[in-house]
Amino acid sequence: MADILSLATTNLISPIILSFVLGLVAALARSDLTIPEAVAKGMSIYLLFAIGFKGGAGVATHGVDATLIATLVAALILSFALPFIAFALLGAMTRLGTLDRAAVAAHYGSISIVTFVAATSVLESQGIFSEGYMVAAAAVMEAPAILSALWIVARSGAKGTGTMDAGLYREILLNGSIVLLVGSFIIGMVTGEEGLATIAPFIIAPFQGVLCLFLLDMGLVAGRGLRETRGEVGPGAVVFGILMPLIGSIFGLAAAFLVGLSPGGAALLMTLSASASYIAVPAAMRVALPEAKPSIYLTLSLGVTFPFNLAIGIPLYTALATALVGGAP
Amino acid sequence: MKTHQAKRVEIIIEEPLAGRLTDALIEAGVTGYTILPVKGGSGRSGRWSRAGQVSRGSGMVAVVCLIKPERLDTLLDAAFSVVEKHIGVVSITDAHVLRAERF
Repeated sequence: MADILSLATTNLISPIILSFVLGLVAALARSDLTIPEAVAKGMSIYLLFAIGFKGGAGVATHGVDATLIATLVAALILSFALPFIAFALLGAMTRLGTLDRAAVAAHYGSISIVTFVAATSVLESQGIFSEGYMVAAAAVMEAPAILSALWIVARSGAKGTGTMDAGLYREILLNGSIVLLVGSFIIGMVTGEEGLATIAPFIIAPFQGVLCLFLLDMGLVAGRGLRETRGEVGPGAVVFGILMPLIGSIFGLAAAFLVGLSPGGAALLMTLSASASYIAVPAAMRVALPEAKPSIYLTLSLGVTFPFNLAIGIPLYTALATALVGGAP
Repeated sequence: MKTHQAKRVEIIIEEPLAGRLTDALIEAGVTGYTILPVKGGSGRSGRWSRAGQVSRGSGMVAVVCLIKPERLDTLLDAAFSVVEKHIGVVSITDAHVLRAERF
């Protein structure tokens, strides 16, 4: 317990959390502080490339072990399964309709790559090793949840589904985040430590600073979202936004035990299972489930679960993983 | 200078749907259009802004077409097949163009 509190306290006063808080407060106070869309997209491309490359280089250094395939399979199963739990939980805790529940469930089965990046940053700052291929696990978990949510809607017979065509499947499986993450991971794996050393001044030294600015932007977007959608999300849904990550993290921890991940790898799989998408899934939902309300799933994902994971979830998952899987934070 | 009558159709649509809309327009023979970014706005779905956004999911774009008046119904049928269920605005205004053969 002391470890969890210590890690949580250290995390809460870290530059990345304080940057997020600054953005959140600025938006809620109606400051005119904004980060241009193009700058935000540029920073997200940088972060995805850097985290993918470093993960690939890590795999090249430490080698591929037997847990790689098992981890990817576990990640796939988690992403397919978590939406069913989220859908059932929303049914018990809220009065949302089938389409809204399915859309929210898709977000909670998929992942937030920035939450993952923040978790790797916390692990690095604590000197905790994690498997480089967890980046590949993150990429694997982006899309399956969308298919689960669409299957739930199809089974329920709910009206309001949009265009489900080959184009949507292509967009889901080849969305920019997945392509960049997997592509940079492969480049990192092929070029190894030597390749990493070549571009280290670009992808290692500025990483924390860019992450801080990106989280400042996330705080601004989350704050604006919360300000504009007051009253749309009920108390039951807000509680869901905190409870679901905890449930997801427990499934992530169980999967990490089964496949034999390191404490750092377990903390990352818990974080991935606990996080909710706000980049890939919202775009897919606008096409596939147009009648689901974006104000509900975006507010829950970005306004409730993302801050919770950032401030409390990541240190909690890290402490639990290190305590239960082995090692010390 | 001589001008010719035309219709200007502006379709503000969710960004993830833009490709599907332009595909439908091309299929209907409307090969000329311009896509403009939209910074933000307010409507039945509430206020929104693109500032700092990374996801395409919460963005809108404006697709603008200039066509001969007799082709308006064809364009609207094609556009409506895509925009029917989605957030957006379709507006039509009278316009004048200089080179009629291009529309």
